[in-house]
Parts: sequence; structure tokens; C-alpha cells
Amino acid sequence: MNYGPLIFLAAFLGLSASWFGFVLTPQVQIGREQQATNTVNTAEMYPQALPGLANQGLEVYRENGCVYCHSQQVRQNGTAVNVLLSDAGTNATAVVEALLKANVGVTNADEVNVSGAPKILLRDTTVERAKAAVTALNGAGAKASVELQPLGPDIARGWGTRRTVAADYLYEHTVFPGSQRVGPDLANVALRLPDGNWQLRHLYSPAAEVSGSPMPAYKFLFEERKLEPGQRASGDAILLNASGEFFDPAKNNGPAVSEIIPKPEAKALVAYLLSRRAETPLFVAPMTPPPAANNSSATNTPAATAATGSTNAPAK
Amino acid sequence: MADLMNANRSTSPLADGNSSISISETDVSCRVPLFVLFVSAAIWLFLASVFGLMASVKFHDPNFLSNTAFLTYGRVHPVATNALLYGFGIQAGLGVALWILARLGNTRVAQPLVIAIGGSLWNLGVLVGIFEIFLGNSTGFEALEMPGYAAVFLFLGYLLIGICAATTLHSRRERRLESPQWFFLAALFWFAWIYSTAMLLLGGTPVRGITQAIVAWWFSANLQNVWLVFVGLAASFYFIPLLMNRKLHSQYLALLTFWTLILFASWSGIPNSAPVPAWIPAVSTVATVLTIITVLAVIVNVYKTVGYGCSQTSNPPSGKFFAFGIAAFVVAWLMNIAAAIPDINSVLHFTWFTTAQWHLNVYGFFSLTMLGAIYYIVPLVTGMEWPFVKWVRAHYWLAAIGTIVLVLPMAIGGVIQGTKLSNPQVSFIETAKGMLPFLKASSVGELFILLGHLLLLINIIALSVRYHKKHFVPVYEAATAELKPSEAKS
Repeated sequence: MNYGPLIFLAAFLGLSASWFGFVLTPQVQIGREQQATNTVNTAEMYPQALPGLANQGLEVYRENGCVYCHSQQVRQNGTAVNVLLSDAGTNATAVVEALLKANVGVTNADEVNVSGAPKILLRDTTVERAKAAVTALNGAGAKASVELQPLGPDIARGWGTRRTVAADYLYEHTVFPGSQRVGPDLANVALRLPDGNWQLRHLYSPAAEVSGSPMPAYKFLFEERKLEPGQRASGDAILLNASGEFFDPAKNNGPAVSEIIPKPEAKALVAYLLSRRAETPLFVAPMTPPPAANNSSATNTPAATAATGSTNAPAK
Repeated sequence: MADLMNANRSTSPLADGNSSISISETDVSCRVPLFVLFVSAAIWLFLASVFGLMASVKFHDPNFLSNTAFLTYGRVHPVATNALLYGFGIQAGLGVALWILARLGNTRVAQPLVIAIGGSLWNLGVLVGIFEIFLGNSTGFEALEMPGYAAVFLFLGYLLIGICAATTLHSRRERRLESPQWFFLAALFWFAWIYSTAMLLLGGTPVRGITQAIVAWWFSANLQNVWLVFVGLAASFYFIPLLMNRKLHSQYLALLTFWTLILFASWSGIPNSAPVPAWIPAVSTVATVLTIITVLAVIVNVYKTVGYGCSQTSNPPSGKFFAFGIAAFVVAWLMNIAAAIPDINSVLHFTWFTTAQWHLNVYGFFSLTMLGAIYYIVPLVTGMEWPFVKWVRAHYWLAAIGTIVLVLPMAIGGVIQGTKLSNPQVSFIETAKGMLPFLKASSVGELFILLGHLLLLINIIALSVRYHKKHFVPVYEAATAELKPSEAKS
């Protein structure tokens, strides 16, 4: 290769190829994505834009480099197709017979136990067999449905109910999928830890809330003030006792001698964290939502800062 | 200044009868630009390792210096990586490129003062960028944290240096292009495009949603897997044959390395589980696995060039740096390829293993190769020996042992962390606690590396002071001496 222009051309073609592939084409394909529809409640659009305080919290998240320890991406290995029996009906024998006749791979009557519903009757089968089983079971007087269960260690850990898809990041003006899990994944932290006060305490002193936590304390997001004897605490303060622990009236570890007041950055960050949820079933990430999540007024509204306990938090 | 430049001139004509310039003339023309670039690079390298050590200690002692927003881990870590990549890496790479292009082309480096201005602009950009990250204005994208205010200076500085480097290449007297020159020419062009694209599409008019992450991953891979490797391999392909007094074993293998880097490595970098259309990680994984060809080509080329004569190098300390650099390149890229395979990626993604691979590639391979080049080039260009010659060898041992102690525990810990993360029965806090002993070991490695950089910094500043005393002080004294009556004009 003795010619400078030839080398330049080679570099140009190579770089423009990868630019075409990984810059232009993704922009064409998903750069103008619109809101998707919730597959369970099709009137609902997903995602909704972040409210103002959560947007400010996104900036705090970015400024303090939270992305270097936390990811926001739930991974999934596959989907299990299960048959969920909600109600065995009145004639258990007929139900079992119908299932055996439906040719869904169950041949032995001893294997089928329809008592103790709701339960999963058939686990990890195919879509066709599941549909056939459901038809047979419903025809015999039982109530059954097909359940799609996402699989994977992240989901088994309770870090999410389905994998993260491109639509989940649509209205974030800076996305943080992350590349390290020094700390847990935060994609659905609002489902696991919906209490705003817990989040504030955890930011102030992570080791007090999670024993052995390697997360640094973000005390600079708070203002600490001493309480004079008899002085009332400020409205949104968190109280500390003399040894610097959180004052807990239930444990009687008082008296409270100082208060910490979250600065606006702390409140914004907590609002952002409490907007981290992605459990809406979508066409590209199908799943059967847990029963409590069918309360549509709660699925997609970001929780307020001091959440009074959201209605659709699945079990941790 | 011109007097000083001509001081060491001794022309010797080439066989073709044209008057050529001597080697020392090409070296002397590089003095001003390389002074700016290499001294600044050494300072940034030291700062990068100070902040790197600070960040490393914060893992096993979370409340170390955590009381201010300024020094929280989330700000110190990007400062360390950006100082290493931009403050040291690209600057040293450009300096080495300029010198090698001048040497191979048997010509003076073009417009030394313009290069020096470009270098100063670059340093200003890095300084502004680092400051901005401390203040909390980082962009939030890895390897690209310095915001737009800094990017303008960086880009202008790079353009000035790049244009001069291209001009140096164009004005070469040796028309035939060697493999280092192909790599450098491609690299000059590469960074300008990827950096401007990334800053425009992430800072200027940001693209929407996860497309941002794709552009960020694309930039990161092209910077670390293509640009750094272009420059690092170019330096290796120049210096290793030079030190062995042989020619590079095979130009065809070098050509294969060049093409596979352009075609495959530029498509790497998208993690397997990314929440993007499935074809993107699939293509990226295939491309990453195909870079095994690059690794094999480099292994064969270097091995055949060196043969069994490792002990015959004409400059042992520099040679050691290059040897370690190539070994680190091979291991780092094999780690990269292994980590891209889907089954392995599902275990190793999001773990310390990827950080270890990053350190081995950026530091173990690229930085050590640049250090070897700097230790070789500076005495030739200034005409003076290193003030503390023994420290060069000491730096090598500190850097080599430091890199191994930094990378190996982190990689092993990362594999263990990954297997625990894949097992939902293991609580998350267990995986975090399990990493602590490995992170403590890695911090020791960072400490060794820091000490090595301190040696380089003292050495290069002492050499600059000596240079000042030898060249500038006599001129200044002569210029400010009292005039003798016979010299005074009436």
C-alpha cells in the first residue's frame, strides 16, 4: 500500500461502513420510535415522559456518576409459556379428563392435580399446547389462562418483571443502561423499594440501610442541623440520635439530637429513582402481569416523592 | 531558536544524489512539539493514576474522601479515565506518530509551532473537561464525559496537529509507505470523525432514547479498539524491528492486520444483551470474534520478527515496554473476544472482568507501548540522556508488575462475581462483599503504577530543566550581557 490516497480511502470506507451500520441505521430504525401501546390495556400509552422533578433527578444521577456502579437494564433468557389454573371448577375429574384428552403432552392422570388453585398446571410448554389446554380446561368448567413468564437470573432476583426494551428509554434525555453492577440494577427500583424516605435514608447512609454496602455516603446531598432541646424538627427532616443513627421511635433509640434535611438535589434524585419502573407488557416484550398490576390507574403513573405504598408492587 | 536547531546539523547525501536531511535534523525539528506533547502527557498520566488510585480505594473504603460532591466516586472515576485516554493517551500517541512519520519519511516535521499550539489547545480542552466533570457537568457517557465546552478545544487542537502530521507525511522524501505510516494516517482521520459524530449526536442535537447508547458504544469501541490499537501497533511495528535490527517479518500480515482492524474492530463494542434491535449486538459479536484474525496476525508477525533473539535488543528498557505491550494486547483482545461470545457474555457482562480488560488494553498495551516510545524518543530529540537512567528500568518493572497485580485479581474477581450474579439464590450483597479482597489487591497494582508514573514525571521535568540550563540559559546570558565598548554603536 504505497499510496496515501489509497490508505485514506480504505480508512474512509471502513469507518463509513461502521458509521452507516451503527449510527445511521439504528437512528432510522428506532430513532423516531413513538410510544407503544400496553398490550393488556391498549388505551394506555407507554412510556410516559418523566415529570419535572424526576427529570431534574436524572441530571443529579448524571452529575454524580451513578451510572458507573448501577445498570438500568434487565436481561431475559427466554419466556416460559405456562398454563395457569385459577379455579378448578366443580367437577375435578372432568377437568382432568379434558386435559388428558387435549393432547398436550400430559398422559398420566396421576401427574395432574387440579386442587389448590390458583396454581400453574402446565409449566414451560409451547404456545399451541398451552392454548389447547386452556380451551379444554375452560370447556370443562375450570378457569384457566395462558401465562407468559419471562425467565432469567435478573428476573428471578426480582430486578424486573420483563427485559428492558428500547421503548423503556424513549423519553429519557440521557440514557443510562450502565456497564457495571457494583450496585444492584435500578431499572425497576421503584417497584422494589417504593418508599421515598427509605431512599433518602439510604442515600445519606447506605451502610445503615443495607449492611455491608460498598456504596459511598452522599451526605453532601443533605443539610445537617443540630436540634435544640424541645425544638421541633423541620417538615421533611430525617432525625438522627446522639450516635448518628436514624432515630426510630419504635426502637426507642432516641432522643433525636439532630436532623438532616434533604437538599433539592436529593429530593430530585429520589423522584428520579421512584420513576424507575418498566413492568408494562408490550408487544416486543410480552408477559402476563401479576394480578395486582391490572389496576390500570397505577401501572404507569410515576410515584410521588414520598410514596404512601404503591398498589402494584409485586413481592420483592 | 534557529541557531539551536542548526547546532547539530550534519548533512549526508543519499544514494540517489538528492541532498537529504540527516536523522538528527528530523529529530531536532520535533523538539518543540514533542516537548509540549510529551511533558503534558506525563503530567496527565500522573494525575490520571492519582485519581485512579483514589477511585480504586473508594471501593473497599467507601467513605474515603466522600464528604464532598467534588470527590465522589462518580466524578473521580471519569476524571481518571478521561485523563488517561485524552490527557495522556491521544497526546502521547500523536507525539509518537509525528516523530515516526518524520523519521520514516526522512523529513522535518511540518510546522512545529502550529503543532505546539495544537497541543496547547488540546491540553486546555482536557483541563476544561476535567474541571467540568468535577463540577458535575459530565455528559454521562463512558469515554466521552468531557462536555461540549471542552470538545471544541480538543477538536481544534486535534485538527491542527492532524493536519501537520498529514503534511509531514505528504512531504516525505521516502515515497514508499511502511506499515506504521498506514496505521497513523488512518488513525489521524479516524478520531476526527468519531469524535465529532459522537459529540454532535450526544451533546449537540441528541438522538432519542437508546440510540444514544448505541452511538456511545460505537464511539467507545472505535476509540479504544481501533484508534488506540492503530497507534499502538504502529509504534510496535516501527520500534520492535528497529530495536531488533531487523525488518518487520511480513508486510502482508501487517496489511491483514490493517484491514481486519478497519473492517472488524470498528463494529465491535455493542454488548450482547443490549436493549436494541437484535441485529445490532449480533453483528457486533460476529465482528468482535472475527478480530481473532488481527490478534493472530500480530502474534505471528511479532514472533517471527523477534524470533529467539529477545536479548539482542539495542535498547533494553524500551524493548521491555514494547514486549509487555504486545503481550498485553494479545491477552486483552482474547479477553475481549471471549467476553463477546453470547454464553460467556451473559455471565461476564456488568462485571469487573470488562473493567480489567479495559485496563489491560488501554493501560497494559497502549500506555506501556507509548511509554517505551517516549523513553526512546526523548533522548534522541533533545540530544540529552535521561537524568535518572536507572529509573527507566525501575519504571518498567513497576508498570509491568503493577499492571498484572491490577488486572489479574480484577479479572478473576469479575468471573466469580459473574457466576454469582447468574445465580439468583446468591444475594446481591454477597457478590459485592465477595469482590472486596480482589479490589484491595487491584489497588496495590494501582499504587505501583502511580509510583512508576512519578518516576517518569520527575525524569522528564528534570530533563527539561537540564535542557533549559544547557540551551536557553547561555543564550539568555549572552543576550543580556553587558556590551563591551567596542561593540557599542555610536
